[in-house]
Amino acid sequence: MPVSATNSKLIYDALKECDIRLVSALPETWLVHLIRSADEDPDMILVRLAKEEEGVGISAGAHFAGVKSAMLMQNHGFLASINGIVSFAHLYKIPLLMLISYRGSLGERDPWQTQGGNVTEPLLRALRIPYFSLDAVDTVRKRVRQAQTLAESSLQPVALLLTRDLMWEE
Amino acid sequence: MLRLDCLRSVYSELENCLVVTIMGAVAAELQSLGHRPNFFYLQHAMGLASSTGLGLALCLPEQTVIVFDGDGSLLMNLGSLSTMARYRPRNLIHIVFDNESLLSVGGFPTATGTGTDLEGISRASGIPRVSTVRSVESFKAAVSDAMQGRELTTIVAKVEARGPAAYVTDLTLLENRFQFRRHIQSLKAR
Repeated sequence: MPVSATNSKLIYDALKECDIRLVSALPETWLVHLIRSADEDPDMILVRLAKEEEGVGISAGAHFAGVKSAMLMQNHGFLASINGIVSFAHLYKIPLLMLISYRGSLGERDPWQTQGGNVTEPLLRALRIPYFSLDAVDTVRKRVRQAQTLAESSLQPVALLLTRDLMWEE
Repeated sequence: MLRLDCLRSVYSELENCLVVTIMGAVAAELQSLGHRPNFFYLQHAMGLASSTGLGLALCLPEQTVIVFDGDGSLLMNLGSLSTMARYRPRNLIHIVFDNESLLSVGGFPTATGTGTDLEGISRASGIPRVSTVRSVESFKAAVSDAMQGRELTTIVAKVEARGPAAYVTDLTLLENRFQFRRHIQSLKAR
């Protein structure tokens, strides 16, 4: 599979370094290795969702419990989570670390992903969610740590966009 | 059966639990009985109270977590039943007040008023213990059983579509949220 196992592991290890102990996820192609890593890790609570918005509530519960968490989702899952983000995470100042696979951007071959790609960044900006791209191997560790730090200090959602350059081996 | 009477019947047993409620009448009525630092009222984000309870229950297996949900909220996030059933935390009790109505916006009927069966959906989703109750006595007994049973439980409580006179209380949302988290951290420190 041309999804990069090496770079997925890099991201997973970076999450572990941030003491992430719960991951919610809804599978998509680019996330398979990340989800598998969480599933095989006895110290990680993996919650497989029916719909991504549930992850907002689960991460809020984890935050109340004092457990750091992360959400793995496709950008269409981010679209499906927006009410939860606004009317829970923003309203109640809940830190969310959202790792969003950025489908539908440059190089996308699947026609069905392309509309989501068009609106991902404009919506993040409209929601005033700080976001950064994971696009190069040498900055993954630092950006994951910085995003997690910002989410915790600002008590708000922060997004990391998982890009094709990092996730896909052509 | 009135929701307020149900809440009153179990109020004393909530003292040592973590409680998450949905918005509107449930939040206002529980507060009218007396707010406690272990109560969190999710005053929006309809559907996510059960998800919040699941996150709490998975992270704090030593605590009993009680979610007071409603038919309108649960119908917005039926997938949550399948997610809860998938992990079936033994310390999570999911109570659904079903008044067949979106009461706080004027009483518009929900699909449970036209035959949708939340007990059946819960059971078919894989929730191991499910019941429907129609009297305060059976409600109290069902909650008590669930606390003893130590198994993921959904209780559908059929209640009248009647609520409090007002929904806004003097407890601000952020005050509630920070107090709730601080309370949990104090439990962990013990």
